[in-house]
Amino acid sequence: MRQTIVEKIFSEHSEKRAKAGDIVIAQVDFCLGQDGTSGLIIDSFRKMEVNAVAHRDKFCMVIDHSSPSPNIGVSNIHCKMRNFAREYGLKLYDIGCGVCHQVVPEEGFVTSGNLVIGADSHTCTYGALNAFASGVGSTDLAIALASGKNWFKVPETIKIICGGELPKGVYSKDVVLHLVGDIGADGATYKALEIEGDLIKGFSMDARFTICNMAVEMGAKCGIMRADKKTLAWLKKHNAAEPVTVEADEDARYSEIHEYDFTGLSPKVARPHTVDNVCDVEDVLGTRIDEVFIGTCTNGRFEDFEVASKILKGKKIASGMKLIITPASRAIYLEAAKKGLIDIFIDAGAIVNNPGCGPCVGTHQGVLADGENAFSTANRNFKGRMGNPNGNIYLGSPATAAATAIAGTIADPREYRRKL
Amino acid sequence: MANYAHRLKMANDINTDYIISGRYKFKIQDEKELAKYIFEDLEPGFYKKIKPGDFLVSGENFGCGSSREQAPVALKASGIRAVIAKSYARIFYRNAFNIGLCLVECETRFIDDMDELELDLEASVVRNLTRGINIEIKPIPAIMEEFLKVGGVVEYFKAKKGLEI
Repeated sequence: MRQTIVEKIFSEHSEKRAKAGDIVIAQVDFCLGQDGTSGLIIDSFRKMEVNAVAHRDKFCMVIDHSSPSPNIGVSNIHCKMRNFAREYGLKLYDIGCGVCHQVVPEEGFVTSGNLVIGADSHTCTYGALNAFASGVGSTDLAIALASGKNWFKVPETIKIICGGELPKGVYSKDVVLHLVGDIGADGATYKALEIEGDLIKGFSMDARFTICNMAVEMGAKCGIMRADKKTLAWLKKHNAAEPVTVEADEDARYSEIHEYDFTGLSPKVARPHTVDNVCDVEDVLGTRIDEVFIGTCTNGRFEDFEVASKILKGKKIASGMKLIITPASRAIYLEAAKKGLIDIFIDAGAIVNNPGCGPCVGTHQGVLADGENAFSTANRNFKGRMGNPNGNIYLGSPATAAATAIAGTIADPREYRRKL
Repeated sequence: MANYAHRLKMANDINTDYIISGRYKFKIQDEKELAKYIFEDLEPGFYKKIKPGDFLVSGENFGCGSSREQAPVALKASGIRAVIAKSYARIFYRNAFNIGLCLVECETRFIDDMDELELDLEASVVRNLTRGINIEIKPIPAIMEEFLKVGGVVEYFKAKKGLEI
């Protein structure tokens, strides 16, 4: 029988020939928690009364969601994580290290062919490395921590073929927003996405992470890409384990196949309050924006800042605008500093936060006022997401965000195409 | 005692941020206290309408978005006996059964806010006593039923001394 990428990975990890719909118990290669979910991971783990973790080196915790802590409740959760890490000799990435979905691949914990779960819904990001990676809840994570495995329903797969060539000023974020708008917030529920095509081949790893990051915004269990030379070079650079690359069989069974030609794509914007409420930038030009946020596990990588800096260089942000920039990791922060990007941002009137999730989760570092509009490079624009149910969030690429910060209203980054 | 349906004004795609906002999930660690803030950003004070054993009724893709387990935990602590929805997002679906909250999947067009309901899992039916109709529910996966019986996956894991299916 012919298999998809995820069917092969589940076969490899469950020692049986897995097909979509099967329920299997599979070995987990790596798992992680963050400060919004680790408190409950620790509680569930203790309730299981196993008193030992299955594999100490296959787990880490990252303090990224509210980092550094904005209140006593969070401070106590952080403390609980540090104590647990000390007690069991576990890896902990404390405040300032960055967002878990950048830290974990940067540290080389994920390689091609791996099966990874994380107590964070955007764990699907690592699919860009040709791994099965999926978000779970805290208790599911605790099961893996205690036993080294968990049970899974092998998902059906939707194949998405991306072709064409993007105009200047249009990026992978615009591509994935188009996909979310087209497929819908629940269009891929319980399914795996195999995302491929010439456009993907041409993308950098940073751009690929952006796409896989948002698979969950279509309800998908994972978004997975093929490994190529770029993937292997990235893994080598980050000292990941030897990759076991996985390709789908030619006649593997897909529940749906979608083919897209992205030639001439407009920059895309997701309007409040759902991620699939997507339109062309032309439809929202001139919308007043009070706060621009560039960062997160979707678009807080070096290339994202490089693009934003090209647009912001020598410019000032609009009067009354708040521009918040948050690198996804310490390594990215350092590189941006070395290459002079941070200078450009500060000159333009931005503030640069420490690495972490920043204002994305609405707990600190840029909570909206009543009636304020934010333009964010994050992956979610739910009501209240940035801390105030009376604020509105628009999502788009770092280029659109930078152009918007200068204009004070939603602007078209293609106006800067000569600089890009 | 009679048990009633509670419907939010928003029909579909109720995400976990709406179930329990990030503002509260980080701050409050007591489940009962957390439960007071469910749906706070959509309909403040929603919690006060719920009596133990009542049902939350919704449309499609209930529980989409983040993986926060505080969402089903807060719903369970609010006294809700089960969520009844047309469909669920997958992380929320697992999380709910893992912590012993029952989710029922069925057509919900024929359930209005404050209809009196009865859930019969053995007969796989929701009875809308206000309207006098029975609504067939999708069977709950066998493994999820096992978790529910013992109160969640942690108890299941302890009883089996490991993970078996």
